[in-house]
Amino acid sequence: MADKITMQVTRYRPEEESGATVQEYEVPCPKDWVVLDGLNYIKDRLDGSLSYRWSCRMGVCGSCGMTVNGEPKLTCETFLSEYGAGPVRVEPLRNFPVIRDLVVEIGDFMRKLVAVKPWIIRDQEKPLIEGEYLQTPDELEEYRQFSMCINCMLCYSACPIYGLEPAFIGPAAIALAQRYNLDSRDQGNDERLEALSVHDGIWGCTFVGECTAVCPKHVDPAGAIQRYKLTAALEELKSFVLPRKAR
Amino acid sequence: MAPTHDVLLVGGGGAGLRAAIAIAETNPRLRIAVVSKVYPMRSHTVSAEGGAAGVARSDDSLDEHAYDTISGGDWMSDQDAVEAFVKEAPQELIRLEHWGCPWSREADGRVAVRPFGGMKKMRTWFAADKTGFHLLHTLFQTSLRYTSVERYDEWFVTKLLVDGGRVQGVVAIEIMSGKVEAITASAVIICTGGCGRVFPFTTNANIKNGDGMALAYRAGAPLKDMEFVQYHPTGLPFTGILITEAARAEGGHLINKDGYRYLQDYDLGKPEPKPVFRSMELGPRDRLSQAFMKEVAKGRTIDTPYGPVVHLDLRHLGKKIITTKLPLVRELCLKYEALDPITDLIPVRPVVHYMMGGVHTDMNGATPLAGLYAAGEAACVSINGANRLGSNSLTECLVFGARAGRAAAEYASTAKDPTPAIAAQAKDEQRRLEQDFLRKTGGHERLATLRVQMQKTMEASAGIYRAGDALAQAASELRSLQERLCTVSLDDRSRTFNTERIAALEFSFMLDVAEAITASALRREESRGAHQRTDFPARDDQRFLAHSLAHRGADGSCRIEYTPVTITRWPPAERVYGR
Repeated sequence: MADKITMQVTRYRPEEESGATVQEYEVPCPKDWVVLDGLNYIKDRLDGSLSYRWSCRMGVCGSCGMTVNGEPKLTCETFLSEYGAGPVRVEPLRNFPVIRDLVVEIGDFMRKLVAVKPWIIRDQEKPLIEGEYLQTPDELEEYRQFSMCINCMLCYSACPIYGLEPAFIGPAAIALAQRYNLDSRDQGNDERLEALSVHDGIWGCTFVGECTAVCPKHVDPAGAIQRYKLTAALEELKSFVLPRKAR
Repeated sequence: MAPTHDVLLVGGGGAGLRAAIAIAETNPRLRIAVVSKVYPMRSHTVSAEGGAAGVARSDDSLDEHAYDTISGGDWMSDQDAVEAFVKEAPQELIRLEHWGCPWSREADGRVAVRPFGGMKKMRTWFAADKTGFHLLHTLFQTSLRYTSVERYDEWFVTKLLVDGGRVQGVVAIEIMSGKVEAITASAVIICTGGCGRVFPFTTNANIKNGDGMALAYRAGAPLKDMEFVQYHPTGLPFTGILITEAARAEGGHLINKDGYRYLQDYDLGKPEPKPVFRSMELGPRDRLSQAFMKEVAKGRTIDTPYGPVVHLDLRHLGKKIITTKLPLVRELCLKYEALDPITDLIPVRPVVHYMMGGVHTDMNGATPLAGLYAAGEAACVSINGANRLGSNSLTECLVFGARAGRAAAEYASTAKDPTPAIAAQAKDEQRRLEQDFLRKTGGHERLATLRVQMQKTMEASAGIYRAGDALAQAASELRSLQERLCTVSLDDRSRTFNTERIAALEFSFMLDVAEAITASALRREESRGAHQRTDFPARDDQRFLAHSLAHRGADGSCRIEYTPVTITRWPPAERVYGR
């Protein structure tokens, strides 16, 4: 393997330029270096003005999502060696406004997350003194995978619907709604359904499935959305035949 | 004029979010601000793996949890604080359960518990081996319910505003725009976590720069017990990624190059096939990391390009245990080491993990400075003493986050309005952030060069074993780095998301914290817990059964004082493991 690799990095400095440009840097590529190590080498040694987000460097904080050779990736777990002799093209995540260089604006997701009420909703809260709610391993397994979402935004970057229709509530937010809906301790399905069954909620999804394909934590948002559509359709049906209280 | 907020939290990790919710529940009318340099769900709590301790079973007792914590901390813990901690721990963990935390379960639906290092009973609650991740997301998502919590996501606090002997707010940079603002508040709680990045090899995320410790230190609050730095015995070489202690709690073995379970040579018990509480691989982290160093000295470790390692052997646990109880361990090994713990040995070495020390607080998170509170790793209450037990820190974030939140809420309800001098201070800070960074002329040093120099200095002097001469040399090296910091020149002079200016400010915080660590370590002429002096190898209760307090002088120098350790029911004794 070559001991150097070329990184082609998207630059955008809104105070200095009106559009994005590409800057090339040559960086070392030992076999255990990830794309983020290359970026850190650039920032430390070559060009301190390159901006990007990163933190945990172990694939759990969700900060360092970028587009690498056209695909949304966590750069802390994507190895330079996967790209052979290079070059490695690093761009910001797609479908988001770019603030600067590789940094995108995710405020839209943060607002949508609140809209799906991602917290336990109960009619009555049990006092702490009575201990935990019992939940069997099978009941845990019902929602567990949806609780693994790290909010890294790779699914939004991959979602063609979100790209065309930014009002679409999107894969991660729906998966997190489902995470609570499927939790045996929760009673908030109805409240969440109101937020999700609108046009820009679950019905926006045409089941492309890219979200599930790119998820670094093996969450299946596409599955969550399909399952939710079924729930919503049944609720819709019930509303024709039953008074609200009997549902 | 009234302050913008009643209580302002710096940091939105486990302690900060727990505090925010506690304030919102105590008094819904209080206006709460969470100011965090990252989106809260990116906070480093997310990386915690193994679990959170709290008595859960009828064969266990609060006193046993307290004793394990106190002996684990080599009698440096304040026992009144430990008693409050173990008492409130179970209810905090149940509260998290009620908020939706996906704790791992027994077949009958009860929350499961696992053994952990230095603990005599099974009392570590866990969510597979992603406990911190689940705890943080549960807290963050639950916090979204409370409309009285206003967030300043990606704002970086540069200074505490102090006048008339009380803290009245902060100055912070909105990273996205680069604008610098004063945010006033009646009370401020520091919840910024640790400072592992002052060392070169650490499990800590890039954001762990001791920001809050330095903010408090500069504002006049002392830092307590800063010499106690925890090395976790099992980090992956090169990346420093943590392999959780749960791997040993589930039955993993540490072996040297001869396949020998070497811990038996270091007064940690006899090797048994199954894990034994407080013995061998379930000994405390300080003792295990020290044993590694002795194996290195004996030439019984394995050399790699990233330094000597030993092996963590999980193979005998089998696929089912590994994939259900330790899925993250497997995922990390497959990804970063290209090996599978079901069939392969994992190379590991000690890695800087946690600061027992931090901002000096009482049991309610209050610092000596009026209006200033701290909780979580950034604080030192102290329950952790000279060595923290694994799985006590997540619970600490909950118990003392809630306590600090309630105390700050009460204080804020009676506090006076900000004084006029605050405005002038904020102006000065705005000017400094402009002149010293964006408009600075001259200067030639690269930031990364200085950072590497600081990290090397700390590893060489304040590592697992320390000596007076190396610490003294480090102290003078750090002084000269403080001077060189004035000659740093940044490549980035823009305002929009300028991460280089943030990194320079973080480095400056780290240097202050590093000075407090070396000064405290130099003065403590004894060996206790994680602080081992080769020139003073014995514990010295006569002189040093006391917390160090590092005060910052006007010239930036560090002055050390001591304050007594609170002993209630467990007089100092020998630490005994494996016998």
